[in-house]
Amino acid sequence: MLTLYARRRLINAATLVISVLAMLFGLFWLGWILWTLLINGLPGLSGAVFTQMTPPPGSGGGLLNAIAGSLIMTAVATAIGTPVGILAGTYLAEFGQRGWLAPATRFINDVLLSAPSIVIGLFIYEIYVIKVKHFSGWGGALALSILVIPIVIRTTENMLRLVPNTLREAAAALGAPQWKIINFVTLRAARAGILTGVLLAVARISGETAPLLFTALNNQFWSSDMNQPMANLPVVIFQFAMSPYADWHSLAWAGALLITIGVLTLNVVARVVFRQSATAH
Amino acid sequence: MAAEKIITPKLVVRDLNFYYGAFRALNNISLTIPEKMVTAFIGPSGCGKSTLLRTFNRMYQLYPKQRATGEVLLDGENILDKKQDLNTLRAKIGMVFQKPTPFPMSIYDNIAFGAKLYERLSRHDMDERVEWALKKAALWAEVKDKLKHSGTGLSGGQQQRLCIARAIAVKPQVLLLDEPTSALDPISTAHIEKLIDELKAEFTIVIVTHNMQQAARVSDYTAYMYLGDLIEFGDTSTVFTNPKRKETEDYITGRFG
Amino acid sequence: MPTFLHEARLKHQNWLDILFRNVTRLSAFAVLALLVAIIASLLMGSLPAIKAFGSHFLVSAEWNPVSEQFGALVPIIGTLVTSCIALLIAIPVSFGIALFLTELSPRWLRRPLGIAIELLAGIPSIIYGMWGLFVFAPLFGDHIEPWITRLLGDQPLIGPLFSGPPMGIGVLTAGIILAIMVIPFIASVMRDVFEIVPTLLKESAYGLGATTWEVVWGVVVPYTRIGMVGGIMLGLGRALGETMAVTFVIGNAHELSASLLMPGNSISSALANEFNEAVGELYTSALVELGLILFFITFVVLSLARLMLHRLGRREGQAV
Repeated sequence: MLTLYARRRLINAATLVISVLAMLFGLFWLGWILWTLLINGLPGLSGAVFTQMTPPPGSGGGLLNAIAGSLIMTAVATAIGTPVGILAGTYLAEFGQRGWLAPATRFINDVLLSAPSIVIGLFIYEIYVIKVKHFSGWGGALALSILVIPIVIRTTENMLRLVPNTLREAAAALGAPQWKIINFVTLRAARAGILTGVLLAVARISGETAPLLFTALNNQFWSSDMNQPMANLPVVIFQFAMSPYADWHSLAWAGALLITIGVLTLNVVARVVFRQSATAH
Repeated sequence: MAAEKIITPKLVVRDLNFYYGAFRALNNISLTIPEKMVTAFIGPSGCGKSTLLRTFNRMYQLYPKQRATGEVLLDGENILDKKQDLNTLRAKIGMVFQKPTPFPMSIYDNIAFGAKLYERLSRHDMDERVEWALKKAALWAEVKDKLKHSGTGLSGGQQQRLCIARAIAVKPQVLLLDEPTSALDPISTAHIEKLIDELKAEFTIVIVTHNMQQAARVSDYTAYMYLGDLIEFGDTSTVFTNPKRKETEDYITGRFG
Repeated sequence: MPTFLHEARLKHQNWLDILFRNVTRLSAFAVLALLVAIIASLLMGSLPAIKAFGSHFLVSAEWNPVSEQFGALVPIIGTLVTSCIALLIAIPVSFGIALFLTELSPRWLRRPLGIAIELLAGIPSIIYGMWGLFVFAPLFGDHIEPWITRLLGDQPLIGPLFSGPPMGIGVLTAGIILAIMVIPFIASVMRDVFEIVPTLLKESAYGLGATTWEVVWGVVVPYTRIGMVGGIMLGLGRALGETMAVTFVIGNAHELSASLLMPGNSISSALANEFNEAVGELYTSALVELGLILFFITFVVLSLARLMLHRLGRREGQAV
């Protein structure tokens, strides 16, 4: 029979060991996945990946058209989503003290933030792709922009709320109209934080596959025409990985490694930008 | 000192009441602030001195639940009137806050920001205005070679003088100072106090301070407030050496608060 | 005395103020409009299927493009079961991670570990899918599944859940990969809510001589219960809607099977696999209705999550 004290200590020790194991469990998968990516992706990562188009099965090729398509659609989606997100976030932070609109928007935005991205793809298919009757780069960019908006709204609102009220008062005390206060003082003060949010949004959409399946689809050839189906890394990886061809698999791994490096780099850069802004104030 | 000048009323407050929602923070305040002199508001924290100051430029209007009743006359015109244009009012009545509030832009742009709101100045005139304001705020010598640098990079005392320069660049008639030295070190505080003494030649100054020595040093008139009431108002030397009310004497001699 | 600008210019400023406010208001309103548009477009798209099958759609397991008979039961169950498996694994692990990060980890390790967990959340889901298909599923099928079948396959009651040929891909594999994906989400919410417990409260418990575990179980957990549940619901919302990681490994079989080791289907993977190949109005419409159902389920789950996290936030606000 253990004494009560010994039993308590035993339970404590046991739970703490389990907690350490849980941490190791989490790190284990991260390590395993990154390791797999490096092992399988590095051999396929040759110059051809960046200079040649996606090949038909059985011949050599690269991912140039997919990389370009991903960059174009990500850029367009960010260009569409960022201004809308910043404006709406500004409304929530600066004008949202009264009325029903701000709380309702905040709530819906939080829900949209984690809404299934495949449904967003379906939505753009229903309202855009069907109307123009073909898959297109515009469709893909639109779907991705809907993923950008909630992230940018969230960070814009949070960052504007961190701006001390005294700064707004100081600008108001000079007699500045509100649009000038917000555009030239508060938004500027929150600049770095908002940039962090945009970077995180770019990181998020550059790996998204599901919303592109029904919108941009894929294109085996070079295309910079946003009205045509557009190649993009995630869908190419999906199609190549699901195929039975070994050389396609190897290209898919190379693409997967590229995307992961890109996304994780963006995450780290976003963090650095944010920390620098935090120390500057 | 006060007696040597001709006293003209600049701001006349009549039966002013102030509410934070249902809470009444100021009770029937009436006083007259003389032109081109320094008037200090003193009292324990929560007495309403900052609240009173913030009605003079209607800063409270940024917040939905705050409101004021009564009259505040600036040169005879009621600024609490709904028809009063806020921007014009704030061009006439400038304000400097407790903590320095440099805007996230260059030193030059900080100063130009306010001036640009009301006047269309040529590049040359704006340069002159910035220099004038910085000289008035006794900051010119320290920053004249780094006007393009960010205002947030200055020291606390310099930032506060930058804010004063920014406020006077608009050429207001009245300058409201809300505990302008409470976040500063003693040397910077001395700088600012000297500045206040120089600025009163051109501006009517109202200062809120929790530091009684400061009030005695810089002001011509002093108002002592307690729990939303104006207890005593008069000549600074009279208020400090020969107060009429017992409460004022207790506060000043430190027996209370 | 400055030369004040004309009244016209001041009016102009007021006008710009109103314009700016309304532009931002319009953008905020666009978010609400977006939600309405998503629901409306999915409803319109699924009208043919709703008319054809009515509520039978929800309970029918038949999915036959040739005879145009469609029922959502298999993917709905697949979505729910994979998400449940994911939560069963992810909740204890996330709790352990959050506990480690807030109470046990040396200070210098907290930041790097926190970043590592957030990187796990940053990895695109397609990478999880590929890794699951090429690396995890074969290993799992060759070594773990036979062992599970031997161990549990003959047990009464739960036996059928773990029987059948080990194939690697299937509902259980999908659930495990989902678990790995949602662990970072749940763990970081739990860590954040653990951190809002006032230090004073914890110190008073330590002061009574409580062990770390007793402080966590007796003070931290009760204090943050709503927030923890909110975090779990957030993870559930993610798991329900996750597409790529599941599509690679679930097997995409429209069959109802008792065994978790057998291939199945989820709503999102059915969409990903079949939507572009669907021919005929009814087939497409049935898939859109699946999307609508998925959106509805995740909307409810995520709303509950937000409400709970919001309530914890409010209580925290009052306590201070």
